[in-house]
Amino acid sequence: MSFAAHVVVMLKPGIADPQGQTIERALPALGYEGVTEVRVGKHIELRLDADDAEDATRRVNQMCERLLANPVIESYEVSVR
Amino acid sequence: MSVRAGVVVFPGSNCEQDCRRSLHSLGADVDMIWHAEKSLPVVDIVVLPGGFAHGDYLRTGAIARFSPVMEAVTEHARAGGLVIGICNGFQILCEAGLLPGALQKNSGLKFLCKWVQLRVDNPATAFTSRAEPGQVLRIPINHFEGNWYCDPATLERMRDNGQVVLRYVDNPNGALDDAAGIVNEAGNVFGLMPHPERACDVLLGSEDGALIFGSVLDRLRTRSSAAAPA
Repeated sequence: MSFAAHVVVMLKPGIADPQGQTIERALPALGYEGVTEVRVGKHIELRLDADDAEDATRRVNQMCERLLANPVIESYEVSVR
Repeated sequence: MSVRAGVVVFPGSNCEQDCRRSLHSLGADVDMIWHAEKSLPVVDIVVLPGGFAHGDYLRTGAIARFSPVMEAVTEHARAGGLVIGICNGFQILCEAGLLPGALQKNSGLKFLCKWVQLRVDNPATAFTSRAEPGQVLRIPINHFEGNWYCDPATLERMRDNGQVVLRYVDNPNGALDDAAGIVNEAGNVFGLMPHPERACDVLLGSEDGALIFGSVLDRLRTRSSAAAPA
């Protein structure tokens, strides 16, 4: 069976995110006051063949551990359908 | 005794010839090793040069760490062989788990290409033995992701072990603990963001980089003569 997976990779909480900080500083210049906690991450989409949704989720999690995310600085969330 | 260095060339490396030339000028024999090789020739030290290996897609070094040659580099390191990763090479060593931590975008979000001053805080490594304690070196940097990070417990352990070998005098990129160059716990794998190979000739403005490569060659020559029959 073919499954669609969505992966969101974010810097772990507490790790400085200069991109998010820069965006946060830019927004008030456009009139958006009171915006806080801007964090920038990656959204990765892929399709894969797997026996079932559980198998697909397991394999995508493994991809995250090995390649799609760097567990030293990044966390990830996987959704499969 | 002659020393043999192997410089790994990834698709997208761009400092390999500078490394080759610098090491050769200091008396080493140099092999260039294509990343697709599954084994290393007989070399005393492996150099992972700077550049943009595999385009640095996804994250710097993330794809390069799976190049076929990296298994052999890992074996060489696990057996105690010396490895230096410079700039992109440092990023690859972190991704490969051969060095602790990771390299993030510079805190100022600017690509930095300039001369910096580096303080040698541990001259007792194989990579810095020619330096005096606290000696300041002038070597250029050239990177966008040089902001080294590791978790607090790891940093504390590294500081206790003297693994933060080089520190920026004026931190340009936000690196934790001003770290510009670190070694692994065993002391045989060294990663640094600055480019010693660009500072090995007075014509280029500094010969301080030769202190790094020279230290390595000293170490290897001592080892070779110690191992040689009397």
